Amino acid sequence: MMYDWLYNLTGSDILSMFVVSLLPLFLFILPFALLAVLAERKVSAHMQDRLGPMRVGYHGILQTVADIIKLLQKEDVVPSATDKTLFNFAPLLVFMGSYAAFAAIPFSGFFIGSKIDLGIIFIVGVTGLVVAGILMAGWASNNKYSLLGAMRSAAQIISYEIPTLLIILTVIMLTGTLSLYDLSEMQTQYFWNWMILGGPAVGLQKILLIPLMILGCLIIYTSTLAEVNRTPFDIPEAESELVSGYHTEYSGMKFAMFFLAEYANMFAVSAIVAVLFFGGYQSPFGYLGNTLNLPWLIPIEQFFWFTAKGLFFVFVQMWLRWTLPRFRVDQLMAFCWKYLIPFSFVILLLVGLISLM
Amino acid sequence: MKTYFLNFWQGLFTILIGMKVTFKHLFVPAVTIQYPTVKPQMPERERNRLYVNMDDCIGCDQCARACPVNCIEIETVKSLPEEDLGKTSNGKKKVLWVTKFDIDFAKCCYCQLCVFPCPTDCIYMTDVYEFSEFSRDNLLYDFATLLPEERIQKKKNFEEMQAKKEAEKAEAAKKTAEAKAAAQKPQEEKPKDNSKENKEENK
Amino acid sequence: MSSILERNIESKSSLKTEEMVLNMGPQHPSTHGVLRLELQLDGEIITNVTPHIGYLHRCFEKHSEAMTYPQVIPYTDRMDYLASMYNEFGYALAMERLMNIEVPERVEYIRVIMGELQRIASHLVALGTYGADIGAFTPFLFCFRDRERILSLFEMTCGARLLYNYIWIGGVSHDLHPDFIRLTKEFIKDFRPNLKELNDLLSFNRIFIERTANVGVLPLDTAINYGVSGPNLRASGMKWDLRRDDPYSVYHKFDYEIPVGSGEKGKTGDCWDRYFIRVREMEESLKIIEQAIETIPDGDVTSAIPKRVKPPVGQIYTRVENPRGELGYFIISDGSLNPARIKVRAPSFVTMQVFPELCKGFMVADVVAILGSIDIVLGEIDR
Repeated sequence: MMYDWLYNLTGSDILSMFVVSLLPLFLFILPFALLAVLAERKVSAHMQDRLGPMRVGYHGILQTVADIIKLLQKEDVVPSATDKTLFNFAPLLVFMGSYAAFAAIPFSGFFIGSKIDLGIIFIVGVTGLVVAGILMAGWASNNKYSLLGAMRSAAQIISYEIPTLLIILTVIMLTGTLSLYDLSEMQTQYFWNWMILGGPAVGLQKILLIPLMILGCLIIYTSTLAEVNRTPFDIPEAESELVSGYHTEYSGMKFAMFFLAEYANMFAVSAIVAVLFFGGYQSPFGYLGNTLNLPWLIPIEQFFWFTAKGLFFVFVQMWLRWTLPRFRVDQLMAFCWKYLIPFSFVILLLVGLISLM
Repeated sequence: MKTYFLNFWQGLFTILIGMKVTFKHLFVPAVTIQYPTVKPQMPERERNRLYVNMDDCIGCDQCARACPVNCIEIETVKSLPEEDLGKTSNGKKKVLWVTKFDIDFAKCCYCQLCVFPCPTDCIYMTDVYEFSEFSRDNLLYDFATLLPEERIQKKKNFEEMQAKKEAEKAEAAKKTAEAKAAAQKPQEEKPKDNSKENKEENK
Repeated sequence: MSSILERNIESKSSLKTEEMVLNMGPQHPSTHGVLRLELQLDGEIITNVTPHIGYLHRCFEKHSEAMTYPQVIPYTDRMDYLASMYNEFGYALAMERLMNIEVPERVEYIRVIMGELQRIASHLVALGTYGADIGAFTPFLFCFRDRERILSLFEMTCGARLLYNYIWIGGVSHDLHPDFIRLTKEFIKDFRPNLKELNDLLSFNRIFIERTANVGVLPLDTAINYGVSGPNLRASGMKWDLRRDDPYSVYHKFDYEIPVGSGEKGKTGDCWDRYFIRVREMEESLKIIEQAIETIPDGDVTSAIPKRVKPPVGQIYTRVENPRGELGYFIISDGSLNPARIKVRAPSFVTMQVFPELCKGFMVADVVAILGSIDIVLGEIDR
């Protein structure tokens, strides 16, 4: 593990802990967030038969850098009648909630931020901080519409956490472990051991599990889509609705924090779906390192596979955004409570019965 | 119960169809062009900025009258009989000096109504559309080719000619009046006697 | 901070609720133009909507009294700027009936082709912006891409993309470009699959149907009482189209259907019906254009244009089928070169009257959906 390797190298546990916890943040998530903003614009442009940003850098690669520089040098406007403590603290809370989730996600067999046994529960708990941040932002803006938007967003996130948790419970029930690292290790050796195809079970159990797992994967993908406020569930951010959203009053770097937190959240939930159902960092067809007898190649390959799966799901999220119209607020809640939750309960029940076989 | 599952299935199915359409469009080449570096080809009948070929303009004022927003202002001065302004390209002889031909492009609505009445086809629409200015006054285009001193000169010439004509006319009128008066005097006595006699008789 | 909290606690303890007045101001991304809507809300449900218009009033009718008759045509363009050809068509038709001018047949065919192309372009804008209001951003760009083809056809013929000054009293200003017919045929061939794509992407999408079906239902008798016409009336179930019921120009020579709303996905006359009627009307327009291109006769398009337009003393009211409804021109002439009075009956103005009825009882989020479905243009309402 990375931590052990660093500890052997430096001899100090504080230093190695420090480096290990900051690595995913600086080396991976921040560049990812920058690239994801650009990727969203390019993907949306090509889907609409146009080209997107083309001027800054070759085919617009440096566009996000220009955007960040613009946001950095903007005046930080704080309206006078707001609650300043809450106003300033809200983006930090949202940012922290999104980024802290990466501590428990296994990037490869060699590296995981923190090898806690509570893995997935930790992630779900920490992303719940985002709700508090959003409510703070809506309240402290002293704006009727921001408050409405923030309350709608909070209701949406809290409601959609229930199907998420139920499906996670299903997978945990099957595998018996909460830690994402152990979950990835269990789905080793070729893609038919992936959870979506029944997991490491054998025989009749596996065949019966497949349709339930596929349905479960769809449900968790949809509910996590609602948790990150993406279309079709983007009522809180919609511009053409009456309510302008909880981040209207923010400008400059605070707005950038909300923005980057959204993209990091997107990757976090894609990573969770990948780990739970698609084998985490395991490769579908064996490792080059094994065939070439180079053991140090394996973690790199695992990292590559993990990133590929995560990016694929992020791409699907972007694809959905530019295809579908938006739900109305009451239809959104009806969809969650009347469709997703009953289905998740039924899946939980059936998977439980099957696992007793 | 059946509608419940039907709704779910329909929702999923239509979403997948929509996603297929968008995915196909990922591979369609872009229909846009990168504007300032690549400019679109304008068709031949394109209606953008007006241009006036002053060599052909005879100063008839038809375009100014046809304009719905009164953006063309024309002032002309009659030329002296001995001046030769030349001919237009389709053979008409020019007799008017055009001292002012202003088109205010801030008002022009690009309707093309001024192009049709022109007898010499000297005003027409080009395909120039990139002529923005920083100040609105710069959009007042002055097409008259006479220099400012020349315009004042032509006006003065015309006024002098007018004044001369007036003077000549006045003199001629005076002369004819005098001639008339001289011619009338010998004839006036006879009718005067007649009238006096008539009056005396009537009384 | 404490004031909002106190007010909330007060209202909860005394169980007194007030109606909130919300202003959807003149500057808003979804009100198609400068329209101010004053919403009276009871929680999320709307009790009354008061539209405030007049932000785009440009005194067209008074101004036209100072113009000569041909000079009025650029002004009629600018009323409903998304369907300029039809505005000119209505005016030219009114003047020709007043002056008893007989136009050559080729002119009639050209006017029909231009009018139907304009109808397709106007419906594409309506559908694209409606999708964008609901949240689907991609169909907006697909609609505008198709509209570009139509605008470049217009540009080839008369030189302008939006405000044409093409249909004149007694004829048209230019004859068709030699390439026009070939390019129009190519456009029709490319447009039919695009229409099917639009249906796949937006019309039958379950989320879109949830948003628009059973919302803003316009019953047929209410529609007739208010004087609503055009696609909005046809969506409520009545088969009334001026091209068939009060024919003008050469529309009687073509074979096309009149689509009528039937409550496929909800009640008859809801927003989905109004949306889908426009999609079907685009297909019918394609049929008309195809037939017109096949049978267009030759002739001289400028032969009947009078040198000076001086109608006899009298008055006339003519109506045509705008993409938005019945567009009527009432012209009083006193025998001189300038009109004495031109009054325009704009269809969007009449439709705006029925808008508060449509919104009662629905939620705030539906206001945007209903406003987009009745397809108004502020230039026409305010003139």
